[in-house]
Amino acid sequence: MKRLLLILLAFLVGFLPSSAQPQEGEASADIDIPSVIFSHIGDSYEWHITDIGEKSIAIHLPVILYSKTSGWHIFSSKKMEEGQYGDFVFNEDGKIVEMVDGAQVRPFDISITKNVFSLMLSSLLILIIFLLCARWYKHHDVLSESPTGIAALMEPLVMMVHNMAKENIGEDYRRYSPYLCTAFFFILFNNFIGIIPFFPGGANLTGNIAITMVLALCTFFTVNLTGTKHYYKEMLNPDVPVFLKPIMPVIEVFSALMKPVSLTIRLFANMLAGHIMILSMVCIIFVMAKMGPAIFGPMSVVSVLFGLFLDLLECLVAFIQAYVFTMLSSIYIGIAREKG
Amino acid sequence: MISMFLLQTVASAALGKAFAGIGAAIAALAAAIGIGKIGQATMESIARQPESAGNLRSSMIVAAGMVEGAALFAIIVCLLAVVIK
Repeated sequence: MKRLLLILLAFLVGFLPSSAQPQEGEASADIDIPSVIFSHIGDSYEWHITDIGEKSIAIHLPVILYSKTSGWHIFSSKKMEEGQYGDFVFNEDGKIVEMVDGAQVRPFDISITKNVFSLMLSSLLILIIFLLCARWYKHHDVLSESPTGIAALMEPLVMMVHNMAKENIGEDYRRYSPYLCTAFFFILFNNFIGIIPFFPGGANLTGNIAITMVLALCTFFTVNLTGTKHYYKEMLNPDVPVFLKPIMPVIEVFSALMKPVSLTIRLFANMLAGHIMILSMVCIIFVMAKMGPAIFGPMSVVSVLFGLFLDLLECLVAFIQAYVFTMLSSIYIGIAREKG
Repeated sequence: MISMFLLQTVASAALGKAFAGIGAAIAALAAAIGIGKIGQATMESIARQPESAGNLRSSMIVAAGMVEGAALFAIIVCLLAVVIK
């Protein structure tokens, strides 16, 4: 009985207010959750790695601008640290604008931002891995030995995409297989690199709608620029009763335009939602820090476990999204290559 | 007179954010129901014919991807409703 009372007392002590609360006169350091989350999933002119005490450690990437009034400007984003450099300031979306006669004008901006730098790093990684694989195949006879090393890791995935192309496209699948493999591995590698929480990972590239839109447009142009006559005839002049002939082409063209839109949004939203969920889970720890050790302790354990679970789910979603994008691209190409 | 008063109340009550939350919940509900039905059909088919499990698994993943795409359209719209000032 006495032991029970002691345990109960120890438990109630945990509900005392935490000593981490601000003292009189200090500013209240409330964590701003939306800005933390958006700074991790958005693009920025510098790559912020960590904060040591008050000092922030970041890689300041180059800003490359061309403005119609003052020509080319190339400078490190460190110069914009105070928020202003020469005529350039940040607008409310965080992009650099030039003050021309008091009005904000957005110059032609081809800076190396965090997403561009991550794109370069991941492309370099893909190139290195696959050139090494190709080197194995150049020096060994495929029919007499099975691959070793990195070629053994990549071969099942490449064969999976190759077989997907063969069964969906038909006889001339070899022409489209390079594009499908590129799309698959680009999405797969960038998804995985986005899950890694520290430099050089964690840049949320496929959660950027511009990147996914370009991938979907690549599929769109591949499908429509290499479509057979039969495909266009089925779309624009189908074999239907006369009263349907005006609306069927409209519906078909609309669906052909909606396919890249759905590819874009599917990949973008899946990756973005995954990142936001993981970041929210981790931010729970910081929000609970002020509420006393009784809540802080268990919630930290829950948050870490749940965050780990979400990270593993993200790995699965990364693979599934790459697979679904490539599968749908191959299906669309197969439909476009049908020969009557 | 009353309509002007009501309009002002509605505009200032940030109803966009409130309904964005409801919209996200409905999108999650729709995705769960859709993918649940796909999973149910796949389970029953694999139980009837276990050797076709590989084919059925690929088709299930593709169909689930399409259903999730539709649900995520709604999620993106809700996110825009919350974020855009």
